[in-house]
Order: sequence, then structure tokens, then C-alpha cells
Amino acid sequence: MAESFTHDHDVLVIGAGGAGLRAAIEAAAAGVKVGLVCKSLLGKAHTVMAEGGVAAALAHVDDRDSWRVHFADTMRGGQYLNNPRMAELHAKEAPERVRELEAWGALFDRTREGKILQRNFGGHRYPRLAHVGDRTGLEMIRTLQDHGIHQGIEVFMEVTVVELLKDGDRVSGCVAYDRERGKMHLFKAKSIVMATGGIGRAYKITSNSWEYTGDGQSLAYHAGAELLDMEFVQFHPTGMVWPPSVRGILVTEGVRGEGGVLRNKAGKRFMFDDIPDNYKAQTADNEEEGWRYCQGDKNARRPPELLTRDHVARCIMREVKGGRGSPNGGVFLDVAWIKPHVPGGAEHIKKKLPSMYHQFKELAGIDITQVPMEVGPTTHYIMGGVRVDADTQMSTVPGLFAAGECAAGLHGANRLGGNSLSDLIVFGKRAGEYAAKFAKENGGVQIDRAQVEAAECMVLEPFGRSAAENAYAVQHDLQNTMQDLVGIVRNEGEMAQAVDKVAELARRAAVVGVSGNREYNPGWHTAIDLRNLLTVSEAVARSALLRKESRGGHFREDYPDKDKRFGTVNHAIRKGADGQMEVFEVAVPTPSDELQAVIKEMG
Amino acid sequence: MAKTTFSIYRGDSEGGQFADYQTEVGEGMVVLDCVHQIQAESAPDLAVRWNCKAGKCGSCSAEVNGKPRLMCMTRMSDLPEGETVTLEPLKAFPRLRDLVTDVSWNYGVKQGIAKFAPRAPDAEDGTWRMQQEDIDRVQEFRKCIECFLCQDVCHVLRDHRKHGEFAGPRHFVYAAALEMHPLDTADRVEALKEQEGLGYCNITKCCTTVCPEGITITDNAIIPLKERVVDRHYDPMRSLVRGLIGR
Ligand SMILES: Cc1cc2nc3c(=O)[nH]c(=O)nc-3n(C[C@H](O)[C@H](O)[C@H](O)COP(=O)(O)OP(=O)(O)OC[C@H]3O[C@@H](n4cnc5c(N)ncnc54)[C@H](O)[C@@H]3O)c2cc1C
Ligand code: SF4
Ligand code: SF4
Ligand code: FES
Repeated sequence: MAESFTHDHDVLVIGAGGAGLRAAIEAAAAGVKVGLVCKSLLGKAHTVMAEGGVAAALAHVDDRDSWRVHFADTMRGGQYLNNPRMAELHAKEAPERVRELEAWGALFDRTREGKILQRNFGGHRYPRLAHVGDRTGLEMIRTLQDHGIHQGIEVFMEVTVVELLKDGDRVSGCVAYDRERGKMHLFKAKSIVMATGGIGRAYKITSNSWEYTGDGQSLAYHAGAELLDMEFVQFHPTGMVWPPSVRGILVTEGVRGEGGVLRNKAGKRFMFDDIPDNYKAQTADNEEEGWRYCQGDKNARRPPELLTRDHVARCIMREVKGGRGSPNGGVFLDVAWIKPHVPGGAEHIKKKLPSMYHQFKELAGIDITQVPMEVGPTTHYIMGGVRVDADTQMSTVPGLFAAGECAAGLHGANRLGGNSLSDLIVFGKRAGEYAAKFAKENGGVQIDRAQVEAAECMVLEPFGRSAAENAYAVQHDLQNTMQDLVGIVRNEGEMAQAVDKVAELARRAAVVGVSGNREYNPGWHTAIDLRNLLTVSEAVARSALLRKESRGGHFREDYPDKDKRFGTVNHAIRKGADGQMEVFEVAVPTPSDELQAVIKEMG
Repeated sequence: MAKTTFSIYRGDSEGGQFADYQTEVGEGMVVLDCVHQIQAESAPDLAVRWNCKAGKCGSCSAEVNGKPRLMCMTRMSDLPEGETVTLEPLKAFPRLRDLVTDVSWNYGVKQGIAKFAPRAPDAEDGTWRMQQEDIDRVQEFRKCIECFLCQDVCHVLRDHRKHGEFAGPRHFVYAAALEMHPLDTADRVEALKEQEGLGYCNITKCCTTVCPEGITITDNAIIPLKERVVDRHYDPMRSLVRGLIGR
């Protein structure tokens, strides 16, 4: 067997979301030969779906903002499991990266003085999110795409990478197939940037698309790289719950930023009932103050609806479990109530939240300017991912870099809204820069034919097993397993069961059969994705089992409190010599003296 | 719950035919949900493109009962009850397999349009100032999700196959966004006339009708571009354009 196409690049970027595009642009600017591979068409990556905004301390709306406040907010939100150096770089460099988007054609909403407007978002002390209505991700990916196509980058659309190759310790390329014809491709590269996004398809209720099968995390792991923080999955508090077929689709936090409030079936704003101690000083204790905050009153504190996502999600779960939820198993999110209090009434809501208005109107037949939405938690984001060096984004495998959602470190135990889009451009740029540098400083690589053939074999095997297990059925069972056993509220017994079930599903996946031929065959693609989904699911379950406390996105009913000891360690994962997954503790990096002082000062 | 019959085009670049599938339609389901259900139940190799399932990525374009639409935003309850639903790929582009077409031509056309070229920053902080009212129109154009439904419905591409000479409504929206960008300094007027074939558009407005983002393609993008061309050249469409915009 042989691949149909071979390609040779200095830097190969896998993934064309915000992180991948930004990395490719930067690498190309360094004058090396760059390839960019993505599973879907250019401009369709997950980044396109981001709604609320990109966080950067531009201080256009509130001049008290600075990188130091943004840094402190990010650390507090991440419950101090973040890599402090990454949080520092992110806070310092995000403003420059956002301005750069403007220089490349992005048109963010404006302040009255004609500057980039910023909005409030959960966990951010000041209005910090640059945005375009509620389609910020579209603006960002289109800007990067339209700029990127003129930089001499070679783009491979609808090409899926299935295995990384190694030359000794170093990464040397990858094997991929194209969806259109099902032909195999061999990519040789001096360095590789992983920018493949998240793992949401491991869960049944998710805001993520089919692409989110954890490919980057899984491929890096199988190539010998370490993963970090995989127990920290973010469940966004507000996904659609009705109709059933749209369950999980995101309802942006921007709704709450604009003044939307959460109520239970009795009409009570239940978020006031449970404000964590470390947020009490910055949270409004009455409705009137919360509303003033949403209207831009600098002396007001934010409403409890804008507490961090992990907390809001659990409060919603508590209402639902306590029988105080809405008819379809969620709670009410009401933005219609602001109408009498804003100029323009319903029109104001439509202007501020156009795609939400559209989404509910089209998919649920509901007018959000008139009636409350029904919402509930949905799997949204993974804080964990490939373990990288803070400055260069290189993984523990030389020449293999990672950026964006598939990398770990910036967000710790919980990500603040808006901190992902900024993560993509800050660390996408860094990954591209250092991957180019690595390619220049290190010589060529050798391809090991045996590795290539093993990968091609693995990919084509399912065709020989037509009557065996069905890929869709295995995927479906895995999604139910993760949703039920390693979801928002976790415990020892269920997670141990999940580890066993994942192992059993892996046995079923090994005998999955595929019918039809190789051209654009989704059954086959689903079969190939299973290995990655199973790998990341196991990683999530195993790290979660070992974290015997509750923190950020990880909540255990058998250990409902934070444990000081766990506050000093991250969980890392690697593939052991025997091929088994090993989880081990590593110390959270200590912040520099300067950063410690900032944390202390900002509280 | 009642089963609904779907007549779906199955085939590749060489040809194909419609095949019937039955599936149960639950509350609130959209056409794309039904396609996925059919994949899982009876046609695992049925090819379809999709990503977001929320009308945001523009991947799932197809013709539903002959009309270009996003499958993820077409609710079953909005289609005639009890009737067979016909699904086929976009007609303006080469077929690849089943509901998937080769839309790569669009990417090439875009690359041929002169890129954004901002004037030098002129605010003290090294950036620019722009007023919201000066960017409202361009923001409308930038809502485009590149679903190419407008390209599919436009007779110049669909029926007359002028792919070599005509960029299509999507790219007029793209060019208009650049031309009307307050910071841009490049000039695309000559190319719009000579290479992008703006003159072929006879303002049928079909593109505006199908745009899922509600972009007023004809009135807000194409007509102003035509005016710019007219202002510089004689154009056979001149009188028509003038007539339509009431001058
Ligand atoms: C609905 C929604 C709203 C959001 N809103 C916000 C927000 O307002 N603010 C914010 O900061 N964050 C938001 N997020 C999170 C943020 O959008 C994502 O975390 C971010 O866009 C991820 O970007 P990325 O570049 O890492 O990956 P992506 O944009 O997901 O791109 C991944 C790329 O990798 C490719 N790929 C994957 N696997 C392979 C493979 N095996 N071979 C080849 N290519 C592959 C894909 O094709 C794709 O091109 C939101 C997320 C969702 C789902
Ligand atoms: S208005 Fe012009 S571009 Fe739009 S469909 Fe008609 S001819 Fe095509
Ligand atoms: S202009 Fe409208 S119809 Fe055309 S590609 Fe863009 S979103 Fe689709
Ligand atoms: S799947 Fe994204 S628009 Fe339909």
C-alpha cells in the first residue's frame, strides 16, 4: 500500500481555526514554507461559532483596566491552576493581537469616540470583550482567512490527519486522508503546530461540532507528548434545551452581559442565593445594582448571573434537580424584561444579540424580545490539552507545537468567556513563530516507512470488516457514557465505571466495519475518529478520578470542597512504555514575584 | 410519530439517481437532523457537509424541495406535512458525492480580488478611529457565512455557467465590503467590470431572497458597485441602474 500524495513543508499547521490560521500567518511571515491542513472547508472551523467576544485589556470602556487586572481575573477564574507565565503573556499581548486584526480588516463594534467597543462578560472585572454583535468568531476567522490566503500558505481543505510520525524523538510529519476521494497523503515537516480544537463530541449534549473529536490531544499523546489538566471540561451554563434536536446549541453569555437574568419556575432570580466567598466583594447583592452594572455604571458590581461558568452551571443544575426548573428541564433566561429600560426596546435587543434572536426564532419559534428562553448546561470547552512550554508553545515532543483549545495551561481549572479567542491569536502567533524558528534551526527529517504503513493500515482496516460493529453506535454509546458518568457532577464509582466502559467501547471500536467506498464516506470518517474520542475520554475520566476535590470545571459530589493540596498540582498524562495511559502529578509553576504581587493586590 | 419519506440524490461526479429513505420526524427537527438519522439508521455512507448545526458556518447548503437552503436551519414543520422531501446538491457547482459539491472555485475567485489595504494609522495610539454609523453597512456584508446559496441561485452561474467570467453575488458582497471599508485604499472598480463580470448581473434579486443572513445583496452591495463602475465607464446597464435607484 502507498499513499497517493506526498508533501514537504518546513512548518505544517494542523487546524485552520483562529489558532491555526494565526500560526500559519506568523510562520509564513518568517519566510519558511508553510502548509495548513483542515478537516473541513476554510472558514468553517469552530472559531466561526464564537459569539460573545475576544478578551483584551484595551481599556477603551473603562480606563481602570490593564494587563494586570486581566491577568488576575484569568488566574482567579482558573482557580490558580493556570500556568502563570501563559496568563501573563496572554494578558499582555492580547491588546496588540486584537489591534492587528483591525489592521487586517476586522470591523469591531465602536465606542462613541470611534474606538473598539468592549462588553462585560463573566469573571472579567471590567468591560473587556471586543466584539461584533454576537458573531465575533465569524469576524475573527474571516479576517484571518482573508488575510491568510495572500501569504503564500499552501492550504489543504477537507484533509484529516490520522497519525503523527517521528524521527527519533522528534516529530517528522503526519499521515492524512482527503475526504473527497479518500486518498492517503504523507506530509513531511520539520515542525508541526497542532491547532485542532476541542473534544466536545465525546459528550451527548454539546455546543461543539462533529470536528471536535479530540484529534490533536489524541495524536500528540500517541506520538509521546504529555497532556495536562484533562479533567477540566467546561460545561457552559446556557445551552438551548428545546426542541430536543437542538439541545446543547449555545446561548451566548452575551445575553447575560446585556442584562439577561436567570429565573426558576417560581420566577425567582436564584443566582443571588449562592455567591462564592471569593467573589462576594465584586458581586451585586441586589437586582437594581446588577442592572446598573449592565448599563455601564462603573460604581456598580456585576450581577451574580455573570459569575464564572462552572458556578452558574451548577446553580442551574441545582434548580433543575430540586424540581424548580422550566418545563423542558432547564431554567429561564429572560432578556425581554429589559425592554422598558432601554431606548429602542425590542429593537435594542435585536441589535445587540442578532444571532440569538435569529437562532431562537428559526429553531424554536420563540421571540426572545417577548418571552424568556429555556436554557441548561452544555459541554463547551476543554481547559486541558497538550502540555506546552509557556513561551514557545512546544510540547514535550521536539518540533511538535500546540496552540488554541487543544493546548493546556492558560485557563487552569476554568476558562473565562472571551479568553479563548484571545488565546488563539496570542499563542497561535507564538506557536507559528517558534515552529518556524525550530524548522530553521534544525535540519531535515527522515520518514520511517514502517510508521507510515502502520498508519495507513489502521485507517483502511474497517473496510475489510463490513458486517461488524457500527461506528455510529459506538460513538453514541460513548457520548452517553461520558455524559452520564463524567459530566457536570462526578463521583468515584461512576467515573471508575466510565473507565471500564471506555475500555469496552475501545474493544468494540476495534471491530467496527464500514460499507461503501472511500469517497466522502461519513461512516468511515466516524470510524476513524473513534480512536481519538476514546483516547481523550479515557484521559478525562482518569484525571478526574485522581482529583479528589472540587475545583473549577471539575465538581465531585463525594469531595464537594476544594483541597489545598490539589491546589498546587496539575495532572499530566503520558503513554507508558507498555502502551497504558499513565496519570501523574506535576507542580503548578510558581508565579514570578511580580505576578505574585499582582495576584495579592487584585485579590 | 409519523414517518416521512426523503428522496435524496445519491451519486458522484459521473452521475446518480434519487433514492428514498424513511425516517421518523420528532418535535423541532430540522432537515439536517433527518439526514443524520438516516445516516445512522440506513445509509452510513450518505455524504453531507455540516459543522455548526446552528446556521453559523454555511457548510450544509443544499436544495430542499428545489430551493437553495441551509439544511440545519430548515425546520421540518415548515415543510408541507406528509409530503416527500427532496434533497439534492447545489446545482451551480460540480457534484462530488451525494449532497456534497465542489465549491473550491469560490475560494479561487476570492483570492483573485485585491486584498484589504488600509491607509496608514492616523490616531495618536497608532490605530484608527471609526464611527459606528460608518461601518454599519460593511458589517452587514461581513455577516456573510459563505454558504454560497446566492451563487447557487444566480442564473448567470446556475444556467449560463459563466464561472470563468463572473464572480457571483457572494464575491460582489466581499468586494463591496472592501470598497466601502472606511480604511481601505485599494481600487477594485476596473477589475469588477473586466474580470469579475459585474455587468452580467441584471438585478433579478434572487440572491437577496435566499441569503440566510438577510444581507441585502442587490440593493446594498451590487447596485452601489455598479454605480461606481458607471461613474467611471459607459456601461450597458447604466440606464437600468439609474432607473432602479430612482435617479
Ligand atoms: C458556540 C460557541 C461559542 C463560543 N464563543 C466564544 C466566545 O465568545 N469567546 C471566546 O473566547 N471563545 C468562545 N468559544 C470558544 C472558542 O470558539 C473555541 O475554543 C475556539 O474557537 C477554538 O479555536 P481553535 O483555533 O483552537 O480551534 P477550531 O477553531 O476549532 O479549529 C480546529 C481546526 O482543526 C481542524 N482539525 C481538527 N482535527 C483535525 C485533523 N485530525 N486533521 C486536520 N484538521 C483537523 C478543524 O478542521 C479546524 O480547522 C465558543 C465556542 C463555541 C462552540
Ligand atoms: S441580482 Fe444579480 S447576482 Fe443576484 S441573482 Fe440576480 S443576476 Fe445574480
Ligand atoms: S451573501 Fe448570503 S447567501 Fe451569499 S454566501 Fe454570503 S451568506 Fe450565503
Ligand atoms: S451546519 Fe453550519 S450552517 Fe448549517
